[in-house]
Amino acid sequence: MSYYECVFIARQELSNTQAEQLADQMAEILSNNGAEVKNREYWGLKNLAYRIKKNRKGHYTMFHIEGPSEAVKEMERNMGLSEDVLRHLTTRLEELPEGPSIMMQAKSDRGDRGRRGDRPDRDRPPRSDRGDRDDGPRPERAAETTDA
Amino acid sequence: MSTLSISRPAVRRPFTRRRKSCPFSGKSAPQIDYKDVKLLQRFISERGKIVPSRITAVSAKKQRHLSKAIKRARFLALIPYLLS
Repeated sequence: MSYYECVFIARQELSNTQAEQLADQMAEILSNNGAEVKNREYWGLKNLAYRIKKNRKGHYTMFHIEGPSEAVKEMERNMGLSEDVLRHLTTRLEELPEGPSIMMQAKSDRGDRGRRGDRPDRDRPPRSDRGDRDDGPRPERAAETTDA
Repeated sequence: MSTLSISRPAVRRPFTRRRKSCPFSGKSAPQIDYKDVKLLQRFISERGKIVPSRITAVSAKKQRHLSKAIKRARFLALIPYLLS
């Protein structure tokens, strides 16, 4: 059996549940044709780097598939027909990577980074203007007041 | 005042650069993957173009994998084609 990895983008009007249902339909087509979805990941509603068919965001879903090429061809045909799928890309793999993909790892470690970053900046007073004020009045003004 | 005698060879090899090693050749080298946006962004210019391997010192074979991965990531709108 050969291994495939398919990533597809669903348009933003769909809700999360509808995107899941769309993925279920595709998985069902695969199983009907004798293939099997080994791993399935939903990367969420991400911002696209450029507009695709007027959409700025898209639901990204990834499949790891093991099975004959006919099943994958049938799935691709259906993805092309359905207008909810903005774009899909299927690549053949030598072997399936185990564990979550880089997208999921990035999401998990982003969670715990939390707000460590910006707290110290807000406490420290802005340095630049504090320094100027301490120089006291400019010398020439002091001279005028003494003449009057 | 003793005359300064500068006896240095007039011609020097211009601009010698030490050979940088390919970032993908070591044992702990990262895998090239079109989903790994952070890794790919290190190899595209700020305009979004692929940086040539003579600058990033990537081996030719890995540069081919890299450019294929970047083009796939662009197709999936993970990285932009151009940053205006």
